[in-house]
Amino acid sequence: MKLLLSIVVVAALAAVPLWLSDPYLLNALITTGIFVIGAMSLNLLLGFTGQLSLGHIAFFGIGAYVSALTSLGFSVSLPFGLHVVHEPWPPLAGFAIAVLVSGLCGYLVGRLSFRVRGAYFVIVTISFAEVVRLVALNWVELTQGPLALTSIPPMQVGFPGLGEFVFRTKLHNYYLVLGVAVACYLLIARLVRSHVGRAMRGLMENETLAVSIGIDVTKTLTLAAVVSAGICGGAGSLYAHYIKIIDPEVFAFINTVTMVIMVITGGKGTLAGPVVGGLIFGLMPVALRPVMAPEAQWIAYGSALIVILFIMPRGIVPALMQWFPRMKPVTAPGFAKRGVEESA
Amino acid sequence: MLEVINAVCGYGGVTALQGISFEVKAGQLVALIGANGAGKSTTLRAISGLVPLRAGALRFDNEVLTGARPPRILKSGIAHCPEGRRVFPHMTVEENLDMGAYLRSDRSEVAADRDRIYGEFPRLAERRKQAAGTLSGGEQQMLAIGRALMSRPRLVMFDEPSLGLAPNIVERTFAIIRRIRDTGTTVLLVEQNAFAALDMCDHAYLLEGGRIVLSGTGAELIANPHVRKAYLGA
Repeated sequence: MKLLLSIVVVAALAAVPLWLSDPYLLNALITTGIFVIGAMSLNLLLGFTGQLSLGHIAFFGIGAYVSALTSLGFSVSLPFGLHVVHEPWPPLAGFAIAVLVSGLCGYLVGRLSFRVRGAYFVIVTISFAEVVRLVALNWVELTQGPLALTSIPPMQVGFPGLGEFVFRTKLHNYYLVLGVAVACYLLIARLVRSHVGRAMRGLMENETLAVSIGIDVTKTLTLAAVVSAGICGGAGSLYAHYIKIIDPEVFAFINTVTMVIMVITGGKGTLAGPVVGGLIFGLMPVALRPVMAPEAQWIAYGSALIVILFIMPRGIVPALMQWFPRMKPVTAPGFAKRGVEESA
Repeated sequence: MLEVINAVCGYGGVTALQGISFEVKAGQLVALIGANGAGKSTTLRAISGLVPLRAGALRFDNEVLTGARPPRILKSGIAHCPEGRRVFPHMTVEENLDMGAYLRSDRSEVAADRDRIYGEFPRLAERRKQAAGTLSGGEQQMLAIGRALMSRPRLVMFDEPSLGLAPNIVERTFAIIRRIRDTGTTVLLVEQNAFAALDMCDHAYLLEGGRIVLSGTGAELIANPHVRKAYLGA
């Protein structure tokens, strides 16, 4: 039943460009899709380990900058008379390096803060995002600062013997984002059901017990942070090669908040939650644009958020599972109180 | 089998254990009794590596475990059933049992051990796909015991297994703990219900203010005037 629903949803999303040709709407779907990937990565941390990253956009922005710089090339002078020149590499290499560098940053942030966790992790992530934003703003020689990195080449993949494929149009990018999103969804689904994924959920549910059965807290949480940051960096790379211009504004705090809203309203700790929440809050401004002034849109946005969380405090997906019990695995009635079990 | 030598540990500025030494002999059921805050739980937490020792030593079957981290202690054969919330509420019964074997990599053996535990506790087998949080208190206790056994321990430590359970379930829990001892697994039991603990144990230690003040067989402690007055209400 669940599998069938997933296939139907993916097929429906894949069919959208067949009847939707408006480039504005297609653009909204692509950027929303990129943010949904970011929200899925945030959900891995927030929903499956209980750690709130309020600087998650840092990993996204790092991915965007790293990928852009890898494919544009750069030349910077460092202290001690060092001079680094990087020739442009293909965008696909940029994507891979973006995932690696963001994952490495996730490792550093995790190692620094997971010994104490909770509020400390929140503070470290906020500070990290701010530091990275200031670096992007002020290291003009590398990032062009507020002048932005421009002319970022489109994503491009090469098949041996078949030549190159360049994701030039919106249609290409739509399918690229959809493909990466499905891959990330499957990766996260696989991870949370694995041995170490169980350890993550165990730590969130009952840390004392988890430690007593031999789960290493720091290692497990750091692994979640690495995977989460890596996926978010990949999303940032897609963003850079689609939008083709990035500036330090990408690190704005509101972008993290948007991701958190997507996860919380959709239902944290559920695989489908960030997708549902992401589509709703990503596309809402588009849906409201013809009928409302921009100022009124923000009010509608806020009201929708309040209404959803008032009616469905655990998020949309857990609420739907409760209303349609056939969709959820066997648990006793009235137990789906915190929305973890449907991932099991 | 297990030797705790002059263990000192504490939390922040508080010293919970003021240098305690005791021994658990192989095959025995050993009880630690004492009032709230005497250091019973801390003793178990120190043994399983959850609280670091400030001084003293820990030896298990001639292996020095002083300063070892919880995974290593668990691997050497000591399982800990902590007090308080006993299960992972949102995981199924089966997942909870598998969590007990988290450090083991021998999958088929783990499955065989799980089936053995289902054989022992048929109620758990019936509910294997059910979220553990939906079980009754007694069933959760069975699950917690089963999970502790999943690491194939040679020594199991139970922290307040009777806490919050109905009297008939407490009886059953104690019967299971005795049976674990009878099948050759050593047991270290922390229990507030001093009479029950002394009645079933082979050897007991009385903790007061982070020190061991008395030791002897269960019968000896039951007969001791101080124990009778302070802990048995006689």
